[in-house]
Amino acid sequence: MSELVNPQDDQDLEPIEPLLLPLDAWHRAQGGRMVEFAGYMMPVQYEGIMAEHLWTRESAGLFDVSHMGQLCICPAEDTPVDLDAALEAALPIDLSTLKTGSVRYSLLLDEEGGILDDLMVTRWNTGFYLVVNGATKWDDIGSLRELLPDEVTLNHLDESALLALQGPRAFAALDRHARGDTPLSALTFMKGASFTLGGVDAWISRSGYTGEDGFEISIPGEAAAQVADLLCGEPEVKPIGLGARDSLRLEAGLPLYGHDMSPDHGAVEAGLIFGVNKRRRSEGGFPGAERVQRDLAQGTARKRIGLSLDGRQAAREGAKVLAGDTEVGVVTSGGFSPSLQHPIAMAYVDAAHAADGTALSIDIRGKRLDAKVVPMPFVQHRYHR
Amino acid sequence: MTRYFTEDHEWIEVEGDTGTVGITDYAQGQLGDITFVELPDAGATVAKGDSVSVVDSVKAASDVYTPVSGTVADANAALADEPELVNTDAEKGGWLFRITLSDPAELEGLMDETAYKAFVETL
Repeated sequence: MSELVNPQDDQDLEPIEPLLLPLDAWHRAQGGRMVEFAGYMMPVQYEGIMAEHLWTRESAGLFDVSHMGQLCICPAEDTPVDLDAALEAALPIDLSTLKTGSVRYSLLLDEEGGILDDLMVTRWNTGFYLVVNGATKWDDIGSLRELLPDEVTLNHLDESALLALQGPRAFAALDRHARGDTPLSALTFMKGASFTLGGVDAWISRSGYTGEDGFEISIPGEAAAQVADLLCGEPEVKPIGLGARDSLRLEAGLPLYGHDMSPDHGAVEAGLIFGVNKRRRSEGGFPGAERVQRDLAQGTARKRIGLSLDGRQAAREGAKVLAGDTEVGVVTSGGFSPSLQHPIAMAYVDAAHAADGTALSIDIRGKRLDAKVVPMPFVQHRYHR
Repeated sequence: MTRYFTEDHEWIEVEGDTGTVGITDYAQGQLGDITFVELPDAGATVAKGDSVSVVDSVKAASDVYTPVSGTVADANAALADEPELVNTDAEKGGWLFRITLSDPAELEGLMDETAYKAFVETL
């Protein structure tokens, strides 16, 4: 057989010794199969991707996403600075409508409007809290440092761990332990607040990457194992690996950085224009604004779409998409959907072939698989709004 | 009947000039949940080392190489509806295809079960 590794992971590997996350020993003790990902050793699975995926959809899964970059942007001490204006010059976000404790999806674009990363921005009392992708965090820190004025401090919270508790029973499990000024139930989708979990200080937001209701939990790294034990001690909760994280986000239609978006893709063709807030689309004043405005006015040559496949054979990243015998696009991620029990994929295709219902085919080593353009998400989101 | 193994984690059980081929239990464990198996057509002429089958798991597709040269006699039709047989019964009911050997001397280069077990220990 060919190499028993997932080829999709290779691009994220760094040619250096992988780093260990705060929960490394914890994952191994839980039976996690560790692989190198984004420069870290991470659990790809525990009992199996299919079982973990379905468990998350019906109960609750705990994900360690401590490889992601947690950043804090605040004013340098005793220096007056308009922090909102500074961050708006770097990101296409409208901070005038972002209240304290609210979370918003945004994009880091290059001057040509290519996507350098996607990220979450939360307004804290003291500044802004950003969560960026693990594989891109070092470059992001460099980009943001250049875009932000010297009066602004950019801290990498590299002593913090990040956990995600996702699934329809995540609230019930977390609610037994979360203590704060407001009850956990006060959080709706994309809202966050400070709590303690078993005495550990935690910033908790109602957000995630699975399409399910759920929470993301930032805690001190040295307390990560204690909190993971606390949550996995609840009957609803099992630890879930990177494999199911990928299949869950694919079903939810959520793009994966480095695959479904990259500097080679713009926000409009990637279907991520909601990451460029309305006021900023017209006003501009952020890197890549010209490209965004042009693409909005003129449309794009290609679009990111969802594909549903018949049968059981999956289309993988890199597979060509055809209309008749003409190549019209490429698959950027794909796999067998555990919830739907048939293969699904994301692809970039020529705009003329991007309408829902369009019949296309995918070339898998000379064999043609029938595929149809379908709306995303493939599996409906169940956010708590 | 004699069973041989490859370093690429295929097994072949030979009786007379016919071999039954599958992937090892170790391999299925590494791949995880198998969702689809692409099988070779009966009558196809294949050479040792050719990719003749593809095993798809939730995340990755892996080629299966034929351990010997010959002609494909038939394939395991049960895998069309139950690809998970490769997970649950990799070295028996989850066999992939049968092949009529054209050069039985090729078997000499393969491992026996003891050697394969020792090989897996080194991984």
